[in-house]
Amino acid sequence: MAAPYDLSDENVVVIIGSGAGGGTLGNELAQKGVDVVILEAGKRIEYDEFINDEWESFGQLAWLDNRTTSGDWRVSRDFPNLPAWIVKAVGGTTTHWAGASLRFQEHEFKALTNYGSVEGANLLDWPLTLADLEPYYAKAEDKLGVTRTNGIPGLPGSNNFKVFEAGAKALGYEKVHTGRMAINSEYRDDRDACQQTGFCFQGCKWGAKWSTLYTEIPKGEATGRLEVRPESHVLKIEHGDDGKVTGVVYADTQGNLQTQKARVVCVAGNSIESPRLLLNSASNMFPDGLANSSGQVGKNYMRHTTGSVYAVFDKPVNFYRGTTMAGIIQDEAGHDPSRGFVGGYELETLALGLPFMAAFLDPGGWGRGFTTALDAYDRMAGMWIVGEDMPQEKNRISLHGELKDQYGMPIPDVYFDDHPNDIAMRNHAYRQGMAIYDAVGATRTFPTPPYPSTHNLGTNRMSEKASDGVVNMWGQSHDIDNLFVSDGSQFTTGAAENPTLTIVTLAIRQADYLAEQLSQGNL
Amino acid sequence: MVTVYQNSPGISRRDLLRRAGGAGAAAMLVVSGGAVLSVNQAWGLEVTALKPETMATLIQMARDIYPHDHVPDKYYAIAMKSYDAEMAAKETSKKDMIEAAIADLDARAGDGGYLGLGWEDDRVAVLKQIESTDFFKMVRGGLVTGLYNQKEVWPLFGYEGESYSEGGYIDRGFDDIEWL
Ligand SMILES: Cc1cc2nc3c(=O)[nH]c(=O)nc-3n(C[C@H](O)[C@H](O)[C@H](O)COP(=O)(O)OP(=O)(O)OC[C@H]3O[C@@H](n4cnc5c(N)ncnc54)[C@H](O)[C@@H]3O)c2cc1C
Ligand code: SF4
Repeated sequence: MAAPYDLSDENVVVIIGSGAGGGTLGNELAQKGVDVVILEAGKRIEYDEFINDEWESFGQLAWLDNRTTSGDWRVSRDFPNLPAWIVKAVGGTTTHWAGASLRFQEHEFKALTNYGSVEGANLLDWPLTLADLEPYYAKAEDKLGVTRTNGIPGLPGSNNFKVFEAGAKALGYEKVHTGRMAINSEYRDDRDACQQTGFCFQGCKWGAKWSTLYTEIPKGEATGRLEVRPESHVLKIEHGDDGKVTGVVYADTQGNLQTQKARVVCVAGNSIESPRLLLNSASNMFPDGLANSSGQVGKNYMRHTTGSVYAVFDKPVNFYRGTTMAGIIQDEAGHDPSRGFVGGYELETLALGLPFMAAFLDPGGWGRGFTTALDAYDRMAGMWIVGEDMPQEKNRISLHGELKDQYGMPIPDVYFDDHPNDIAMRNHAYRQGMAIYDAVGATRTFPTPPYPSTHNLGTNRMSEKASDGVVNMWGQSHDIDNLFVSDGSQFTTGAAENPTLTIVTLAIRQADYLAEQLSQGNL
Repeated sequence: MVTVYQNSPGISRRDLLRRAGGAGAAAMLVVSGGAVLSVNQAWGLEVTALKPETMATLIQMARDIYPHDHVPDKYYAIAMKSYDAEMAAKETSKKDMIEAAIADLDARAGDGGYLGLGWEDDRVAVLKQIESTDFFKMVRGGLVTGLYNQKEVWPLFGYEGESYSEGGYIDRGFDDIEWL
């Protein structure tokens, strides 16, 4: 059963956040006999309570605390206080995610070497290689039950996929299939097979899609070594005179401040909250925030080069039926600078319900140009673009100068400018996406702008040298031995692939390292 | 209290049709007493804080911003009712702001006011003039959920909504496309 640990217990590993990174790390450590407390800002909402309704589910699970935006990105104009779509609940954003689970490509771990220096970009090679990660990728794929790995069949193709596939083939694309998805295509791991309900972004009521909420977390709890404390919002990480972290201060369910002691602290609050917390933990000894001797905490914020292409046909598609994202074209994922940009992108099917389509198709749009598109809602098909974006130092999470949250902590501001490489890639992908649908008879296509960021990366990046980044190849901060980063903010560069499989892979690997270091008495 | 009710009270259908004829070209809506009434749909929206003429204009404005010819006025009325119930009725400053904005819209439209403009294009031309005002942004932004998040509207677009209770679409057409 879930183990309750004492606030004064100095022996526990404290993990902040219970999503892809934190939830996985917590279970992995508990399985190895390490005592773990996960502090999670959100509530614990089990999957039978999820709601098949876009806005209601957003209200139920999304992170709605105030944030501000700046920079030239369109999200800042369309959604000034919603830079990102992140979940605040036990399970984190793995409750709302779509499940696309791809390994990074070898060349992507050496972006600086392979792309060369790109003006305005702060490119760097990862301090590890694909070969280092391969055994862990294999474990992660097994854990998530990724289709097309471990002998697990692919999901069946939906209407939206069939349109996408036919267009792709007509254009000569070859790497087209129903994806590598962390969604059960058959009963596995005590979880149902996908029933094609079409509400993956609202949390899977069947439990068919992997989420730490109903996999890692209960498994960890069953060891008796893991306690998950919901509605526990961490405000500050504390340290001693020796510069090692000693515990965290958090606001509990009632908003009362508590201090949980810790032997090790792992930050996994996703790439906006993790750097915010390090910055908010500034002290006399660390005036620029914890783990920030490089000055890189909060910088190099990445969100993938994204966008969508929707198309209207003269006959019904009913694309909202079935898995939200279950189809991929990988032919553009490689690095081929002859296209006018470095790095590559994936095209993945996507469908939104009518309420979200109205909000995201053309934010701010109105009049018949807009409404005739929605009139054709049942004749629409759609895809999402996800490609590698350039890390830029100026793109960053910083503490707001005036605005504070409900606990009196400065809220984060998210600054983002598109890099010319991002724009060139997006325009290329728009053209290809529209051509795919034109090839199967689209009567109208829509190059749709990016949504609030679902992939948030890079703000505590991994580097060989302490002067270039925040953490080493294990996610351990360069400055403080017993302070780790365990989420996507570790990413040195973004690669073209959806990030979660890599976040989980790094968490499994980090657990091995951490457990070893603990047993050797190094922490 | 603001109610959208199904049957227009105390006014005969013939009376309604007659009044509609005199109420300006855009009007399938009639102002009667403290309410906006629909001529052909037999529903009404009672207003307490705003002038009923103002509400009628707001409803037309909503349709001109997001025109869907197959969506009845009733749903635009439901989308706009909070301007009376939650805004104007609670804060005088909001009420004054809305009344002033609609008066401005009418003034820009010329003699017969906004509702007097028969063609959608002409009304849209007036809306374009105020597109960057806070008032327009508030109305447009509010409609994105106010209109499209009404469950009753979804079937009109072919969106089926909740599907868990039906067992998903695995046996209900997730892959039934035939024309490819
Ligand atoms: C709609 C949508 C679709 C997506 N689809 C895909 C996909 O198909 N494939 C893919 O790879 N990725 C996808 N993603 C992205 C994926 O969900 C994230 O990459 C992943 O969940 C990030 O893991 P994480 O551990 O970094 O953070 P999260 O999963 O976001 O977890 C962070 C947790 O930390 C908590 N927290 C934050 N700050 C604090 C604090 N101070 N104190 C306590 N707790 C805190 C949060 O409440 C949250 O629960 C999608 C995301 C969205 C929104
Ligand atoms: S489509 Fe499949 S994976 Fe998505 S929510 Fe429904 S059952 Fe779950």
